[in-house]
Amino acid sequence: MTVTFPQKGLPWLLLLPQLLVTAIFFLWPAEQALEQAFYQEDAFGLSREFVGLENFVYLFTDPLYYQSMLTTLVFSFSVAIMGMSVALFLAVMADRVIRGKLTYQTLLIWPYAVAPALAGVLWWILFDPSMGPIALWLGSAGVDWNHYLDGNQAMILVVIASTWKQISYNFLFFLAGLQAVPRSLIEAASIDGASPVKRFWTIVFPLLSPTTFFLLVVNLVYAFFETFGVIDATTKGGPGQSTNTLVYKVFEDGFIGLDLGGSAAQSVVLMAIVGVLTVIQFRFIERKVQYS
Amino acid sequence: MHNFKLASVVIGLSIASSGFAATEVEWWHAMGGANGEKVNEIAKAFNDSQDAYEVKPVYKGNYTETMTSAIAAFRAKQQPAIVQVFEVGTASMMAAKGAIYPVYKLMRESGQPFDESSYLSAVTGYYTNSDGKMLSMPFNSSTPVLYYNKDLFNKAGIKQVPKTWQDVESVSKKLQASGVKCGFTTAWQSWVHLENLSARHNVPFATLENGFGGLKTELKLNGPLQVAHIKKMGEWQKSGIFSYSGRRNDGAAKFYSQECAMYTESSAGYAGIKRNAKFDFGVAELPYWEGKVKQPSNTIIGGASLWVLQGHSKEEYRGVASFLSYLSRASVQADWHQFSGYLPITKAAYSLTKGQGFYSANSGTETAVVQMTTGTPTANTKGLRLGNFVQIRGVIDEELESVWSGKVDAQTALDVTVKRGNALLRKFEKAND
Repeated sequence: MTVTFPQKGLPWLLLLPQLLVTAIFFLWPAEQALEQAFYQEDAFGLSREFVGLENFVYLFTDPLYYQSMLTTLVFSFSVAIMGMSVALFLAVMADRVIRGKLTYQTLLIWPYAVAPALAGVLWWILFDPSMGPIALWLGSAGVDWNHYLDGNQAMILVVIASTWKQISYNFLFFLAGLQAVPRSLIEAASIDGASPVKRFWTIVFPLLSPTTFFLLVVNLVYAFFETFGVIDATTKGGPGQSTNTLVYKVFEDGFIGLDLGGSAAQSVVLMAIVGVLTVIQFRFIERKVQYS
Repeated sequence: MHNFKLASVVIGLSIASSGFAATEVEWWHAMGGANGEKVNEIAKAFNDSQDAYEVKPVYKGNYTETMTSAIAAFRAKQQPAIVQVFEVGTASMMAAKGAIYPVYKLMRESGQPFDESSYLSAVTGYYTNSDGKMLSMPFNSSTPVLYYNKDLFNKAGIKQVPKTWQDVESVSKKLQASGVKCGFTTAWQSWVHLENLSARHNVPFATLENGFGGLKTELKLNGPLQVAHIKKMGEWQKSGIFSYSGRRNDGAAKFYSQECAMYTESSAGYAGIKRNAKFDFGVAELPYWEGKVKQPSNTIIGGASLWVLQGHSKEEYRGVASFLSYLSRASVQADWHQFSGYLPITKAAYSLTKGQGFYSANSGTETAVVQMTTGTPTANTKGLRLGNFVQIRGVIDEELESVWSGKVDAQTALDVTVKRGNALLRKFEKAND
């Protein structure tokens, strides 16, 4: 069905607010970053020199940059997979609860309102090697917790802190998805003698696939772009380079190191990566998704 | 007639108010908490002392945030007249010749009396150009010292206060034998265990007088002394004599909980330790390696100084100059020094504090001043002036962590640090040449 407008101008007028927002907050900065990536400039903007591809050459000859890419992949997929599986589990459980349903759901949605930096500080305190309750408990269980020294533990910490916030969001979508699954299908299956586990994997889960796919995209983008607050508040990319993700590196080099050219080059690379990632997801994964 | 009267009153009032309006001077700073309140108090006292200028202090977050927002404001032509910049930002500020108004020039052009020799050279040295002229006004300076837990020392039967790193090792072993979990921990590892380690033993941290001689400077922190120290620290981390606890001053928690009996941290940490330590503690000078140096040199400073930015009116600069003079007064300095634990910046403020009996009433508070002022600063102890220093410190943190975790040996880690750091220095040179 096609909607036709009597005048040519009206649709554009209605689109204008969204287009303006996109232009001001996305296209303009993106263009600035693209331009900046070819210059080297002092922090105060007093002098500027065109350096061609030098910023990119510097990036791609730096072995640590590749390491940071690897770190980002490990981090992002851990956050997405962990966040989605925990949220799915909680949603299935919450969907079954009959008494006090609203209370459970509200409590589970709460963490989403917490700012990333605050979430970071919270987990940082809980896991502090010398006074954090979780670290002390782990210590008594025989695990020597020190994320200041152990890169893997630091990674676990930032993954937990980043995931925790995202679980609420995923939970909401899964819960809505579950409620949209027709009761009749499940009832029919149980009459046929299918166990609850079987019913979940053969009926509910496939029907949730549009939600799951959407959440996978959203979670990966979240882990890629919005987690530097958490990392800054907990590990600052350390120990060594073990939690230095691409977006944290952009933030660090640009806002702390004031290396605008280098930082801009990195954000251009990030833009490209996310573009490619999204295309791949829609091209190859979406085909397997059942929308109806 | 009635209207005319009203109009003349309005005009009269507006002339009167404009005649009395004080020139506003904006001051962006990074002092939170109690120190932030003290900053407001200082500004208010200055404003009350005269009526030509009004200094408005604005808290802009931590050091990095303050510097970044001042630079962003400069690019948007909205910069404050005065901004507080931490010591590692010094080279970036200096290199921005069109953005800063050197303090010595400002004082001369505003006709304020300004005697550079009345300042403590170990403090101002960090902020002077190659002709010895002060480019910024030191405000809050500190230097690393060794805090030790007297109660744990007594329990282990230790009488002598550690002076050298050899002492620290033997004392730690005794402490461990008496049941203490760790000997010492540290804050700001690069500042204490590489930058100040080098200064204390009078060896270079970087070429060209630690960067004072120009942008072509290269890191030298992989010399035999530094490698030996870091190697030893790596071994100590294994045996528990040293316990790493993060890049900033997170180590305080281990000192407060008495997990570690000693703590190398800034002299400005005194107030916090006094508030939080539930035990008797002492302050000793930063240890040195016996046999590596006859007489340990002065340590270098950390903290921040006040930079004046370009783009304001003559009248505002007169206000800035008179405020900076006010800040350097012995009474103002001594008050700030005693309140915050930062070092005094003038000789007069030091002797005033001494005369008031502050040091004898608060044992340990003089240690840092004495340590700072031993001897005349040399090329190796004057300070550090390295571009992209914030990132270089990041590199140092990363590489040191790989030594503490036992992944890499000290020599390799410091060699890699030098290589990565030099790349950042060349980048800075290129952007600022």
